Amino acid sequence: MSEIPSGLKYAKTHEWVEELHDGTVRVGITDHAQELLGDMVFVELPEVGAAVHAGQECAVVESVKAASDVYSPVDGEVVAVNERLADSPELVNQDPYGDGWIMQVRLADDAEPGELMGADDYAAMVESEEAE
Amino acid sequence: MPFIPHTEDEVREMLAAIGAPDIEALFDEIPHTLRGADLSAIPAGLGEQAVSRLMRTRAAADRQPLCFLGAGAYEHHIPAAVWEITTRGEYYTAYTPYQAEASQGTLQLLYEYQTMMARLMAMEVSNASLYDGASALAEAVLMAVRANRAAKSRRILMPASVHPRYRQVVQTIVRHQGIELVSLDFDAGQGRLDPDSLPGDPGPCAALVIPQPNFFGCLEQVDALTDWAHRHKMLVIAVVNPLAMALLKPPGQWGARGADIACGEGQPLGVPLASGGPYFGFMCCRRAHMRQMPGRIVGRTIDLDGRTGYSLTLQAREQHIRRSKATSNICTNQGLMVTAATIYMALLGGEGLRRTAAACHDGMGALLHRLADVPGVAQHFTAPAFHETVLRIEGRPVEKVLAAMAEDGLLGGLALAPHYPALADTLLVCVTEARSGEDLDAYVDALRRALAV
Repeated sequence: MSEIPSGLKYAKTHEWVEELHDGTVRVGITDHAQELLGDMVFVELPEVGAAVHAGQECAVVESVKAASDVYSPVDGEVVAVNERLADSPELVNQDPYGDGWIMQVRLADDAEPGELMGADDYAAMVESEEAE
Repeated sequence: MPFIPHTEDEVREMLAAIGAPDIEALFDEIPHTLRGADLSAIPAGLGEQAVSRLMRTRAAADRQPLCFLGAGAYEHHIPAAVWEITTRGEYYTAYTPYQAEASQGTLQLLYEYQTMMARLMAMEVSNASLYDGASALAEAVLMAVRANRAAKSRRILMPASVHPRYRQVVQTIVRHQGIELVSLDFDAGQGRLDPDSLPGDPGPCAALVIPQPNFFGCLEQVDALTDWAHRHKMLVIAVVNPLAMALLKPPGQWGARGADIACGEGQPLGVPLASGGPYFGFMCCRRAHMRQMPGRIVGRTIDLDGRTGYSLTLQAREQHIRRSKATSNICTNQGLMVTAATIYMALLGGEGLRRTAAACHDGMGALLHRLADVPGVAQHFTAPAFHETVLRIEGRPVEKVLAAMAEDGLLGGLALAPHYPALADTLLVCVTEARSGEDLDAYVDALRRALAV
């Protein structure tokens, strides 16, 4: 069973959101997602300053198996990206909720909470997906 | 193992299993208005004897003209060993080698091809080929827009000195993707871009295309153009004749930083002229843009026992994995043409390629020398040329001159008026190492006769 920290919010598309309490959030992909994808070989990061929209593509994670879109879980503007991933994409595998973060987003003023889940709901979703 | 996918019994079994009455029923989702009618325009079959005779008659109608026509496809001497080896059974069915364990020979050949092309272009990465030069340029344009996100622009600067057909193909492929091709005029005297007349502020653009040599055979001032483009945050797409790169400065060394993408038509490397193809396209790039490059790349690795092995790599962005979001939809490549090109380059070596390119250039110089005292004929542009040049013909319409030369058994060149209305009295002529001194004399004699009427 993959790790699903309780303090984070989750998107259906397997991204996590960490509230940083300064109007910004940090975003990455879940432990479950990195397990499915396998060894990361490249992460295509968004541009700092780019606008991102909930449910829309913002980055690409490329593993030995596939190149997959990462969807932004929130509306806002990218204020930082994890530059370390350029040389060390494996951080996404090793520490998906920590050093493997992908981007930091300043939430748009009119941002809606959206359809993010708590850890329990996300765990239930992962379990039902795996049961299929 | 014969490739017979299924027998009639198996077809019946499969239809029974899915409950379909016949194969037609599998297509019933396609509206009738969209279904093709019977192929009534296709004539009845002919026997082998009749077909052979028909083809011999048609081939004879072509005669065997002495070729001074270039314009993107070139007649070169191809050592007999090239196609003798290429058509061996081991190579002849070269298809996309997905099954690495059964395709080591083909994969090794493609790896060596990539190595040769990367060296010829002085670039870090080569793919395993594309369809042809024109579509390679279109792929390079798409790639540049993907790779140069910082430019936030979908405009591409496309000189009018790029092959007209290439520009048409690029337009066809990119126009529905919101990409705008902005034409750049060439200097009417030099026949190439004038770096001093480029705009000081071109506005946001993703890339500048630089042909070398350009469609007129002229050499562009690649260093100044490359540095200008990089100063304005554009990528540089080189579209080059690969043989010429054995002699000229290769794209990877243009300007202070080198071109970002190099592409072009691979036909001059061992592929014979054949009614427009099949030829093959090539593409190389800087390592930084590797993941945006379309097509296949073969990589070298080691197996569990430490032995060298080859396999397709960096294909996670291709269509069998990314579907509609793929970086490209290049499927099987021009494997057989690439095989021939690899063997051609291996047989000639770097020195052989250089000497072949130099012989082409010398041949063009010798033709111009012979033409110097033909009245009514002059070199139209002043820029130095590789193995093609534009001649201005006075006294008789170019089409009539070319028709008269054809009667003499010579393809005298390409009339430029249909492509460039301002170049009404000009033709594009090419000399390769396949043309002897006698051939050049025959050209001059035929041209004199054609003009004397």
